[in-house]
Amino acid sequence: MSQIFHHSTNVLSRLSIYGGVFIVALLGAALYGIELSPWYTDVNVAREQPVPFSHKHHAGELGIDCRYCHTSVEKSAFAGVPPTQTCMTCHSQIWTNAAMLAPVHASYRDDKSIAWTRVNALPEFVYFDHSIHISKGIGCTTCHGQVAEMPLTWRAQTLYMSWCLDCHRQPEKYVRRKSEVFNPNYHAPADQMELGATLVKEYKIKSLQNCSVCHR
Amino acid sequence: MSSDANIPDRNSIDLAAAKTKLAQGGEKRFWQSLEELSETKEYREFLEHEFPHDTAKNPEGIDRRDVLKLAAASAALAGLSACTKLPTEKIVPYVKPPEEIIPGKPLFYATSMQLAGVAAGLLVESNMGRPTKIEGNPEHPGSLGGTDVFAQASVLTMYDPDRSQTVIHEGRISDWNAFAAAMGNARVRQAAKGAGLRILTETVTSPSLAAQIRAVLAQFPEAKWHQYEQCGRDNVRAGAKLAFGKPVNPVYKFDKADVIVSLDADFLTAGAGHVRYAREFSARRSMESPSSNPNRLYVVESMPTSTGAMADHRKPLSPSGISGFAHTLAASVGVAVPNGTGEFPVEWTHAVAKDLQQHRGSSLVIAGEEQPAFVHALAHAMNAALGNVGKTVYYTDPLEVNPVDGIESLRDLVNDMKAGKVDALLILGGNPVYDAPADFDFGPALLNVKLRVHSGLYYDETGELCHWHVPATHYLESWGDARAYDGTIGIIQPLIAPLYSGCHSTYEIIALLGTEPGKSNHDIVRDYWSGQRPEKDRAFEALWERSLHDGLIAGTALPAISVSVRSDVAKVEAPGKFEENPGQEISLRPDPAIFDGRFANNGWLQELPKPNTRLTWDNAAMISAATAQSLGLASGDYVKLKLFDRETKAGVMIVPGHADNTVTLHLGYGRRRAGKVGTGPGFNANFIRQSAAPWSAFGLRIEKTGEKYYFAVTQHQYIIDRQGHGSEEESDNAFKRDLIQVATLEEFRANPNFAREGNEPTPGLSLYPAFKYEGYSWGMSIDLNKCVGCNACVVACQSENNIAVVGKDQVIAGRAMHWIRIDTYFRGGLENPEMYYEPMPCMHCENAPCEVVCPVGATTHSPEGLNEMTYNRCVGTRYCSNNCPYKVRRFNFFLFSDWHTPSLYGVRNPNVTVRSRGVMEKCTYCVQRINGAKIRSEEENRSVRDGEIVTACQGACPADAIVFGNINDPNSRVAKLKAQSRNYSLLAELNTRPRTTYLARVRNPNPEIHE
Repeated sequence: MSQIFHHSTNVLSRLSIYGGVFIVALLGAALYGIELSPWYTDVNVAREQPVPFSHKHHAGELGIDCRYCHTSVEKSAFAGVPPTQTCMTCHSQIWTNAAMLAPVHASYRDDKSIAWTRVNALPEFVYFDHSIHISKGIGCTTCHGQVAEMPLTWRAQTLYMSWCLDCHRQPEKYVRRKSEVFNPNYHAPADQMELGATLVKEYKIKSLQNCSVCHR
Repeated sequence: MSSDANIPDRNSIDLAAAKTKLAQGGEKRFWQSLEELSETKEYREFLEHEFPHDTAKNPEGIDRRDVLKLAAASAALAGLSACTKLPTEKIVPYVKPPEEIIPGKPLFYATSMQLAGVAAGLLVESNMGRPTKIEGNPEHPGSLGGTDVFAQASVLTMYDPDRSQTVIHEGRISDWNAFAAAMGNARVRQAAKGAGLRILTETVTSPSLAAQIRAVLAQFPEAKWHQYEQCGRDNVRAGAKLAFGKPVNPVYKFDKADVIVSLDADFLTAGAGHVRYAREFSARRSMESPSSNPNRLYVVESMPTSTGAMADHRKPLSPSGISGFAHTLAASVGVAVPNGTGEFPVEWTHAVAKDLQQHRGSSLVIAGEEQPAFVHALAHAMNAALGNVGKTVYYTDPLEVNPVDGIESLRDLVNDMKAGKVDALLILGGNPVYDAPADFDFGPALLNVKLRVHSGLYYDETGELCHWHVPATHYLESWGDARAYDGTIGIIQPLIAPLYSGCHSTYEIIALLGTEPGKSNHDIVRDYWSGQRPEKDRAFEALWERSLHDGLIAGTALPAISVSVRSDVAKVEAPGKFEENPGQEISLRPDPAIFDGRFANNGWLQELPKPNTRLTWDNAAMISAATAQSLGLASGDYVKLKLFDRETKAGVMIVPGHADNTVTLHLGYGRRRAGKVGTGPGFNANFIRQSAAPWSAFGLRIEKTGEKYYFAVTQHQYIIDRQGHGSEEESDNAFKRDLIQVATLEEFRANPNFAREGNEPTPGLSLYPAFKYEGYSWGMSIDLNKCVGCNACVVACQSENNIAVVGKDQVIAGRAMHWIRIDTYFRGGLENPEMYYEPMPCMHCENAPCEVVCPVGATTHSPEGLNEMTYNRCVGTRYCSNNCPYKVRRFNFFLFSDWHTPSLYGVRNPNVTVRSRGVMEKCTYCVQRINGAKIRSEEENRSVRDGEIVTACQGACPADAIVFGNINDPNSRVAKLKAQSRNYSLLAELNTRPRTTYLARVRNPNPEIHE
């Protein structure tokens, strides 16, 4: 009996089998790539704001402490975005006519809030608390990046759960002395692992990994 | 009814079968419902299936291909659900931040809520300016930290999207200025002496409001002020008048009472001071050891209430039987009155009298607010005869500034209206068109008034008939003051500015008539007190600040006054029985969930399973099994109720322990204009309520209509099979161990370990490695001896944890979402069973059956013993719920949470995820509060203190029955309670090792009464 299919169809069938695997794999890789891409994560994407506020200028060049504006970072889950009044402590005196600051002055004059674009956001089923991280020696820049070098602010990390767990599993990799928490120019020392191990003990840091720590 | 009539009759109860079953089971058997006893089809469905109304199930079965298709599709799509880019959000900070607000930290403010004029002190949690959760005020004498269902649910009413929002003039939207102008004109027209001016309010205990009204009355000397409160304290005042010649306010001290007799008084969950009384009462029931001396409670009542369930001896009596009982009891303890007539057990009465006499000075007789005045007078005379005055009860001047009889006051008004003497009527609060006695025909009479003004939270039945309707402010939005049960002045301070600009308080409306129109309610209240107090200027400022902080003005409790029982109290006589007018007796009562109907549009309260009946979304004509048999009625029959010349319709419900030949119908239902939630459900009892017999009457006739009505009752849902239905272990007695453990005091003293015997888990019997709990180990203890079944925990949990309301149909399908339920057990015959409550939150098992079956790790075990539920992981297989022997897991079959109504965003707890469709949820032990306390303690470098974490149910409990804490700390309160001999766990033989354990109930029956 003669063969139904020509010999060349073998190539076709092989191609479609391999192709199937590779196409699926490629598709997966592409999706993964998209998920890690700045387009999707907003990492390193400077966000447009009603006022082009520069952390580089205020925190870096002028050396204003993080807590001058983010007042509740040591007390509350939220670090707090400053009210217009905080801006006006200086800007009622300096740069009073700058066009760039017009929305700030308008906000104060009209008693209308400025609507800032959120840079670091978590899904609604995640409950992150700033104050406990601060009090356990996790520095601002560990999550928010080198804010003092950002002319416009961008997200420095993906804020994915895997990223959270990286530190929650091995806090010694990231913990720093409490005195350094608000240092915008901090860089981890070479002996971070030893220092980290000491600090984990000293600060009684627990490696909390159960779900209800963040999800509830 | 037409829509409900189609439901197949799957719940028909066979009373004969039930009785046979009870006879076989003996006296010791616990049962939960008539459905259980007669094994209805629906009961079997709920028993055998976790989700009996699961429409997803294909009755034909599903073939292999479909399974594969669905599995593949689910797998492919499951991942995609995570592929949504987070939307860009805005952060809107303050321009000038208010003092004290730290974003993310709640603030608490003290205030008071009035119910029928009596204030309960509250602490209200405010998140960024939004009141979200009500707690009790521990420093307020009327609360002591506890609350009730009404207070817990009141925050939802404030955010109710159906609240009226604008001033309405003759059906059209208007505004406050137009109304103020109209009132100005009315004032000019009344300029003479105000002969045509009438003000109708609810009960006023507020001194500042009364002063304001009196100032207006002084200006218009012929104007009149009427007060009407349907479920107020008219009978209490009238009874005191009968007994003492003046309307004094009785204040009880249940902590001092060893023997208590309640004459139809549901003092644990209703009436003035009930939150305080529940605390005092249950404090006398903490059986730390066999030598503890609990109090003893006798209750006679028609309708089984929470107080009845707590009774050591209870008799279901018709209203006339209660009168007869009161007379005979009074005569037996030495009050010079004739013995009573009517149907009541005389022997039993004498035994109760003997017990009372053996506890002279430490006993207490209390009459319910629905009892006629002479029963109150008899109770007062008995307390005097027993030497209880000054010990377990004292009297003060009335709480009401102007104590009038509401029905008589309203009658005067109606007569004047009918005679055309009323030119302008201001109805400030209340809904008389709905709740005035039917014979007044208030609505038609109202139409004779030339200028009708209504102020209320809703544009309701009364608002509709008025020229002007002014939306009232909620108590969380306005200033005010009110007296607590003992007279203490509570300051009502707003948590938020009125949500709608149209809302105005009663003060502001009355001010339009007075000399200072436009004065704010804050200034009115504050100026009143600065005028009253001896402190001036800075001293007053300090007092005011202090009072706002504490929620009360210290030292304002009314002093005890000395009164003596009138010598002619003997003339007090019960109305004779209408022999010529047989028929049933009717008993009307405020509803335990929606009260007089004012909370009808509150979904939390509508869906609340009422004590004992566990009925939701309805009221019912409640009758006893014997009466049902003699009248040929069954549960669900839709009947006409005829009283005198009036009638209403209602569904019949057979209630175990209800008095024979009596029908109880709760008020507040059958609303016509209540809002989306409250319009419709239930039956209007006000159609047959008449001024001559506002609470009970003979001569009720019941006529069948042939139609059926389907109730949403949760009593036979979430049942745990203890009879071994179809199980291999049917013969195994261990599996028949009761979930509720009860002993008499005598039995407890003989065997303190009764609750645990044969009820110990097998140690170490698990395929999984044991968890180690270093550090904290959370656990809960629930004292069944203290729990009064008031439901405050259920609503508190709903409020704290953003639990959705599902609606009547879904409740029928067994899908109510409450994380904690109050299981109710009965023991004994249908006529007068003992009743027991068992609150059921998640047990947080150490060997949790739910955890091991979750295919996606959405329910996991925490190192502190919490059984965690992670919504964002849950894919909705419901295996966990199938595997939960306690049936405490709840599934979102639909999008039950309201994600679309903006005003409801405000009521949500920002610390708890609002669940979506398709996820499982359950009690978390308020993990948000645990985490908050842990973070606080870590920051302060210390451990969490005992008592620092208070779960929502624990915080709300007026009886102090629920205690939460760290069981690893042997000195914690919860660890000590768990060490008591009464401690036991449910289904211990399953070796689930629940963290929630119970303290067994100990009854204290009178050894001389044999029943």
